[in-house]
Amino acid sequence: MRAVRTAETAPTLHPWLVHAEKLRVRAGRHLAVDGLDLTLTAGVHGVLGPNGAGKTTLMRALSTVVKPADGTLTLLGAQVDGRADLREVRRQLGYLPQQFGFYPRFTVREFVTYMAWLKEIPKAAVPDAVQRAIDRVGLTSKADARMKTLSGGMLRRAGIAQAVVNDPRLLLLDEPTVGLDPEQRLEFRDLLRDLASESCVLVSTHLVEDVVAACTDVLLMNEGRLLFQGTPDDLIARGGHSDAGDSPAERGYSALLRRHRSNA
Amino acid sequence: MTHPTTTILAGYADGGHGLDDATLWSIEVHLDACADCRGQLAAHTTPDTTELLDRVAVSLGQAIDGAPPPARQPAPAAAVHRRWLAWTLLPWLAVTVAVLGCGVLLDAVEPSLPSLVLLLAPVAPLPGVAVTWSQRIDPAWELIATTPAAGLAMVLRRTLAVLVVVLPALLVAGVSTGTSLALTLLPCLAFTAAALALGAFIGVRRAAIGLAVAWSAAVLLPSVATRSLSPVLQSGSTAVWAVTTVALAAITPLAAAHFRRLASGN
Repeated sequence: MRAVRTAETAPTLHPWLVHAEKLRVRAGRHLAVDGLDLTLTAGVHGVLGPNGAGKTTLMRALSTVVKPADGTLTLLGAQVDGRADLREVRRQLGYLPQQFGFYPRFTVREFVTYMAWLKEIPKAAVPDAVQRAIDRVGLTSKADARMKTLSGGMLRRAGIAQAVVNDPRLLLLDEPTVGLDPEQRLEFRDLLRDLASESCVLVSTHLVEDVVAACTDVLLMNEGRLLFQGTPDDLIARGGHSDAGDSPAERGYSALLRRHRSNA
Repeated sequence: MTHPTTTILAGYADGGHGLDDATLWSIEVHLDACADCRGQLAAHTTPDTTELLDRVAVSLGQAIDGAPPPARQPAPAAAVHRRWLAWTLLPWLAVTVAVLGCGVLLDAVEPSLPSLVLLLAPVAPLPGVAVTWSQRIDPAWELIATTPAAGLAMVLRRTLAVLVVVLPALLVAGVSTGTSLALTLLPCLAFTAAALALGAFIGVRRAAIGLAVAWSAAVLLPSVATRSLSPVLQSGSTAVWAVTTVALAAITPLAAAHFRRLASGN
């Protein structure tokens, strides 16, 4: 009989896919995320906030690129602050950075294949996974075009394809709708709803409309802290007729920010 | 589901007359999963069915024989070179090789100077090593840093790609100028290992720049200024270089945990 390690008997179920407590993350010397408490379950979560609210820094911390300066961060039940082994979490992670860098000479298929290989998808499953990811974002006809020939919206979709190629349980999309035309944005919302059935999707965006249309949950950040977490209907309910904005959701957004600033 | 009875299977094999749709579906679902019942079904097939199956087999065989053989999968070599050698590495390696070439030429033109090939050998791999994992040079850096493959193994693989180019270049330069091969190659390996070991703590790029500056200030420039080769590159120091190389190479795997997050300083 062999000894059983604690890791083997630890419960595999965990209440939250993302759990941050008093999280602080630096962007350069500046504390861009400052004491954030956050719990997320499956579904689409939209992160809203003005420029400099710490959205991108939060995304980078959740994607394990930067190490939190302080606080605890648990992703998919595994602690990822400090010097933990990140391999297992990273296998189940999809990430589209705000500045999506790519190799201009690669075709879309080569690029997504390269990312699939880096994400340690079993070799035999790679071609199917790549084709499926490219089909899902609607780039099938451009799969063998070099990336430098693609338009901005197509590049964004190629970025989403590489993020979903490993069927991630935690998908982080930083400004995914930039450069998409209205029709593509509608398709993207469908894709989000499709992905959300089995995973936790976090979408950071400036566009309040995208969040209301496609998200089950809205997070509003300002100055590195979480101001509000609730359903899109909650957000709409916060707005009054006197608040700035062209839609109920925008009025709710500006009402929350205004109230916070007058309290501060 | 329980296995269908022999009578039901026989009825199914005979075309399913007298069986309602629900029964037919459940039989088919069961047959999908149960090899035993498929075997029994085969025993019940009617002559008509057997004849049909034979016709299909014959025509399929003909179609396969007549069709062109399947296209060969493209050789994986093309994909491998893209993975191994980030495109961005090529210009840096080209510069390194060019500088070494200049060293060889200068050695030939100015024999009074100490061997530039010897003096340049330790720093030759450093530009390549510095950019192997650099946020500014690799456009997909942020994406790659979030994948499970990111870590020491990736840094080592990319370093190896640099050495595969730099070491033969040094070998050719050493042979063509007649300098000691051990004193050309060992310092090169020692500095590569030192850049990685130090890089675990301050970032590989900073470590490589720091080492290059230190070597230039302490050995390269004084040797050129005084026109005499520094004692660290005289033939007696070979053993020291060998021990340093092995020791540094042994330390690097111990620092693997520091490479898990490749953000800091790179």
